Amino acid sequence: MELINPGLGLFFWMVLVFGIVFFILKKFVWPPILQSLKDREQHIEESLQMADATREEMKKLKLDNEVLLKEAKEEREAMMNEARKVREKMLEEARVKATAEAERIVESARQQIENERKAAIIDIKNQIAEISIEVAEKILREKLQTPKDHEQYIQKLLDSKQLN
Amino acid sequence: MKFLLKCFPIWGFFRKIAANFNETPILSEEAIMRFLRKTAFFTHFIVFISFYFAMSAFASQDGHDAQATHEVEEFNPGDMIISHIVDSYDWHILSIGHTHISVPLPIILYDEGQWHFFLSSRFEHGHASYKGYELAKEGAIKGKIIRYAADGSIVRPWDFSITKNVFGVFVSSILLIVIMSYVAKAYKKTNKHAPKGFQSVIEPIILFVRDEVAIATLGKDKYMRFAPYLLTIFFFIFFNNLLGLIPIFPLGANITGNIAVTGVLALFTFGMITFSGNKNYWAHIFNTPGVPWWLKIPLPLMPIIELLGMFTKPFVLMIRLFANITAGHIIILGFISMIFVFGQTSASAGFTMSILSVLMSVFMNFLELLVAFIQAYVFTLLSSIFISMAVEEHHHEEGHEAAH
Repeated sequence: MELINPGLGLFFWMVLVFGIVFFILKKFVWPPILQSLKDREQHIEESLQMADATREEMKKLKLDNEVLLKEAKEEREAMMNEARKVREKMLEEARVKATAEAERIVESARQQIENERKAAIIDIKNQIAEISIEVAEKILREKLQTPKDHEQYIQKLLDSKQLN
Repeated sequence: MKFLLKCFPIWGFFRKIAANFNETPILSEEAIMRFLRKTAFFTHFIVFISFYFAMSAFASQDGHDAQATHEVEEFNPGDMIISHIVDSYDWHILSIGHTHISVPLPIILYDEGQWHFFLSSRFEHGHASYKGYELAKEGAIKGKIIRYAADGSIVRPWDFSITKNVFGVFVSSILLIVIMSYVAKAYKKTNKHAPKGFQSVIEPIILFVRDEVAIATLGKDKYMRFAPYLLTIFFFIFFNNLLGLIPIFPLGANITGNIAVTGVLALFTFGMITFSGNKNYWAHIFNTPGVPWWLKIPLPLMPIIELLGMFTKPFVLMIRLFANITAGHIIILGFISMIFVFGQTSASAGFTMSILSVLMSVFMNFLELLVAFIQAYVFTLLSSIFISMAVEEHHHEEGHEAAH
């Protein structure tokens, strides 16, 4: 049976050829392929892990951001409140100051007006006195033309004095 | 063409593998078409070469037709099938009448300290002798080169001829190296990115062998040591199985269906097992743990069984691959033979039978495509399992530690 009778020549050539094929493939073909496959798998694995880590970090960052935002909001609120208070205080002070100033001004004005009034009154009095004297002089000149008139008048004055 | 590809179940199989083991884009029809276009030149080249050889062979035929005419004109399917399956000194392509078209191959003989080189066409298909050598006409060595010694006894010279199968192994090995180098180059180029073109045809198979065979049996830390060997035998067997199905000249030799070829492959696996076997492996053979002492002393029953086991493992590998591939070829050839067997009774019977035979042969060819893959897988898987058994760090130590 030739079918199950291995040929010696074929056996020899087969050992040689398969040996060479194995050597060439083992030396030049499989290492780059297997290495490349390994590298690629590692690359994919790393990429996936990195993506996961990044996602996690993003989540954390988002949370952090929210906290930060909240804090900022609170701070702003507090600052606003303080500012409002300060403003009110300042307004109050200003109002108080202004009132005082106004009062002072009004007071001084009043003082001045009083002084002016007094001066005016004095002036008027003086003028009235002068005018009165002038009028009195004129009247007297008119009325006391005779010495008898003088006497009569003096008498009258004296009478009224006595009455007082 | 697309229809043909759709009918081709093995592509579906590969696609499934690709989808399962690899998340890279699945091989598209466009990619296959592109590959076919790219390889068109190569195909033309092969056809041209075949034609050239055929013509030269034709030219080399000088009429021994006259001698042939008295041969009995009867179709013998058994002879036909066997002659197609076994190795031969020339590559028979076609016979028209009594003119055989075949490619002569070099004969290399070493006899009585002398080398002889000549072409197989010198034998004129066994009808002539050359330098005293001729093809044996009968007996267990029928078709082999013999020489009659002075006393009339048969002498067989050392025969290193480039036979049909040797030539086939050369062709497929060159093809394998060229294709794999191309793929390796593609890997260097794409590196960490998705595979491209023909690389993506081969990648799922490489991943399959690596993950389902090497890593599955040897484990993650040891597989790198044996993966090159496992990949090599897988692709060598797979390639030769597939090429053995293509009945065009430089391909189609029944390589993996030859017991010498499978024997060498099994021998390599045997070598890998034996040379990588660790202390535990040898201890297991010569001092099998866990069996009663009287099975080892005085009669070393267990060591004998284990030693036999060392050889039966590769022997079974050899027989399995040889038998499976040969059986496939025999069935296909059997269907083809039926046409002629029926044709001898009447032409119409032969014609009717041819329809059935062609259908069955086509079916068998598809089945053989599957078998080509499965047998390569089985051979590789079993080799891998045997190697893993030889390099296993044994549980006995674990058992000892547990006992402490």
